[in-house]
Amino acid sequence: MERKKITFKINGEEKTLEVEPNKTLLWLIREELKLKGTKRACERGDCGLCTVLLNGEPVKSCLVLAVEVDGSEIITVEGLARNGELTPLQRAFIEHGALQCGFCTPAFLIVGHWLINRNPRPSREEVIEALNGVLCRCTGYRSIIDAILSVTKTEK
Amino acid sequence: MKYVGKSIQRVDAIEKVTGSAEYAGDIELPGMLYAKLLLSPHAHAKIKSIDFSNALKIPKVVTIAIGEDFSFRVGLYVNDRNILARKKVRWVGEPVAAVVAEDLETAEEALEQIRVEYDPLPPVLDVREALKPDAPLVHEELGEYAHSPAFNPIPGTNIANRFVVKRGDIEEGFKKSNVVLENEFWMPQVSHVPMEPYTCIGQYLIDGSIKIWTSAQSPFAIRYILGYSLGIPLHKISVYVPYIGGGFGGKAGINFEPLVVLLSKKAGYRPVRLELTREEQFMTAPVRQGFYGKIKTGATRDGKLLAEKIFYAFDAGAYADYGVNIGRAAGYSCTGPYYVPNLEAESLTVYTNHPWGTAFRGFGHFEFLWAIERQMEMMAAELGMDPVEFRLKNALLPGLITPTGEKLREDAGRIDQCIRAVAEKIGWGTPPQAVGLNRYRAKGIAALWKAPAMPPNAASSAIIKMNEDGTFLLSVGVTEIGQGTVTALAQIAAEELGVPVEKIRVVPFRHTDLTPYSWQTVASRNLFMEGRAVIRAARDIKEQILEVASQVLRAPKDDLVIEDEKVYVKGRPEWSIHFKDIAAGYVYPNGNTVGGPIIGRGYYVGSRLSYLDPETGQGYPALKWTFGAQAVEIELDIETGEVKVLKLVSAFDVGKAINPQLVEGQIVGGVLQSLSLGMWEEYRYDGNGRMLNPNLTDYKIARAGDIPEEHVVVVIENPQKDGPYGARGVGELSMLSVPPAIANAIFHAVGVNINDLPISFENIWKAISKKR
Repeated sequence: MERKKITFKINGEEKTLEVEPNKTLLWLIREELKLKGTKRACERGDCGLCTVLLNGEPVKSCLVLAVEVDGSEIITVEGLARNGELTPLQRAFIEHGALQCGFCTPAFLIVGHWLINRNPRPSREEVIEALNGVLCRCTGYRSIIDAILSVTKTEK
Repeated sequence: MKYVGKSIQRVDAIEKVTGSAEYAGDIELPGMLYAKLLLSPHAHAKIKSIDFSNALKIPKVVTIAIGEDFSFRVGLYVNDRNILARKKVRWVGEPVAAVVAEDLETAEEALEQIRVEYDPLPPVLDVREALKPDAPLVHEELGEYAHSPAFNPIPGTNIANRFVVKRGDIEEGFKKSNVVLENEFWMPQVSHVPMEPYTCIGQYLIDGSIKIWTSAQSPFAIRYILGYSLGIPLHKISVYVPYIGGGFGGKAGINFEPLVVLLSKKAGYRPVRLELTREEQFMTAPVRQGFYGKIKTGATRDGKLLAEKIFYAFDAGAYADYGVNIGRAAGYSCTGPYYVPNLEAESLTVYTNHPWGTAFRGFGHFEFLWAIERQMEMMAAELGMDPVEFRLKNALLPGLITPTGEKLREDAGRIDQCIRAVAEKIGWGTPPQAVGLNRYRAKGIAALWKAPAMPPNAASSAIIKMNEDGTFLLSVGVTEIGQGTVTALAQIAAEELGVPVEKIRVVPFRHTDLTPYSWQTVASRNLFMEGRAVIRAARDIKEQILEVASQVLRAPKDDLVIEDEKVYVKGRPEWSIHFKDIAAGYVYPNGNTVGGPIIGRGYYVGSRLSYLDPETGQGYPALKWTFGAQAVEIELDIETGEVKVLKLVSAFDVGKAINPQLVEGQIVGGVLQSLSLGMWEEYRYDGNGRMLNPNLTDYKIARAGDIPEEHVVVVIENPQKDGPYGARGVGELSMLSVPPAIANAIFHAVGVNINDLPISFENIWKAISKKR
């Protein structure tokens, strides 16, 4: 298959490489760039575990082709903490016990950061609606919702 | 206490919020190959021929294996499972062939070039049908299978295990009963839906040793079964387990590990990885068994239970490898948390041509408690009694006798306190209430109990190593599947050693070469058993510290005190020595050294547990019983069947919450999983046994928008004297009895009995329509 050259920024770092046109963004992140924090769990957009930020908006990376991200900016879970400092939301997840097996945690953090960025004072209903596209089988979601709300309350 | 009882941060938290936590699917090895499975399209068929010659010609295909390549079976309790189907297939989704290729795309492409000819056989797709004398046999060779002495397969039938309980005089009991009620119950097969699909890598080395990297809950069980089945001594098998992305029992047994190891041998000793897709996770990974129950209960007019005749049949699917223990577990707890003086119970594990069933969080108990807690509600109604009062009247309190003849210990938990707690917090006693046109609000309650389903010799152990600077490494065999046990164990170690919990690191992975033995990570047994082992390991360390300190401080050991990482002489805190100066041997100013590296060890096995009598089921199966109760308030639309749980209340007698936040996390998460299973989840089949919904669009699990507005968690702490700091297990318990609480609330709202799961809107609507 003919490979296509793409240039993009991921977690602040610029990359240029060649990809086959049938590869997904999820494949690009996990297999090509070896960023294993983004998880693969259904590859058909049902579970949301592979969610990353593409130009600031959450996308299910299994549903985006790698060639589409040419010229874009991507943030994965590895790009959240900067200079060795956890973000307030990462700290809130820990304080609220908002993680168990941890497999969905990266996706919830990505969606949570997007939400806070877009809407610094969301209601509980808005948080729930934002999280509805990501599945978790362990926590029962309550602690995740509380963690996100705790951060929005302190950031007045 | 400084650390026990505190909600300290999870030891794995930072890795998990930064994306650096390692899972099996993140591991890449040099020279690694990829495997894909060809799955059976038939529920039951003879394999006439398999032609993979064209597939093998595809460049980058390394090897292809079929069942006949591997002429032995595996199984945890019954050795009944083929590595790949041999001679015949037993469910739609059974692996028939495996392709190994240089990359995944090639392996997928090669699958399409394999031609299999089948000769279809009549399938058995219902557990009741499977028990009929003329039912097709799923395993003609059942009599040849090796099995654990605790189980009783019946050759020539589809019964993989028959477990029986007999107590008292059942005929007399029913004769004396004023009210007798018999009902039937059913539940479908469901999936664990771990967010991480099953992943493992295997490598067979030229010297005959084996390396495995896997998302399995129980590395030592895998090592043992693999060694037994392949005839390889255990010191030549290494199993590595990183963090696990959700297990819930589905990763408890041995699954695809033997396959990848043997594929590696066939592929020239290169490592071979198998990672299931979500569809394969539904189709070919093990599921939770289906269930059918029939219960006949007799009670006096004033509501005292006198007799119960119980029949449970578990739809084990194609293999009963692990599943036989599910029927046994349901058998020894069969009455629920109630005292029944006259009892006869039969609990069967039955082969069918469905996907094969394995452990699932709270196994056996989730299933039979659905039946028992619905039955109790219907009994109360028949007697004209309040269901809470009826349950309390028959509550199995300390001193009363369990189904297996065990006198419940004085320091067992208190079911009556759990029931009262949920009744109070849900506001029990108010009648159902109409809220607008066609909508009703009502409350429901259900109780629960469980003991770990494990063999009497199930063991745990712990190693604590003191580092040269006086910090510690804690190594345990329990895997981290999300439940957080290792964090609680670190707290226990910190408490025992008297050091800050930050100075103890729990080794984050399990590796059977280095990790101390643990039978399995299952059964809500690990906090209790590993907890006791950690206490012993810490005491072992302290003993060694005192030994050296006694020489250095020139004082007898019993005059020494350990505190704040120091040892000092009683009443003379100035005569002290720091841990770090002892950790690798104490060095005198002239270089003389006493002592040496300090390594503590501890183990734990349950005291006086026994096999159960094959005729009567009597004996001691239970390390501990954890009791609990659930209550719900629902709103029901009687026109549409739409039901919404508005409020949940859960109470558990955990003995002692070592880490209250982790306990609450287990309860909130488990209860939602239970609600989801009860209301929405089921394997739907076509008439030929093919699953119709093998994806997360059609097989729905609870999302954030599905959670009830309010969930009140009540933690009751009646300590069990031999538990670590009094603690009992809770991980699975939260999963139990949510569906019957919901169905009981529906009964109170509209008087219809839902006795088959799921409690879907459609099923509710049908039940209401039928009543009209």
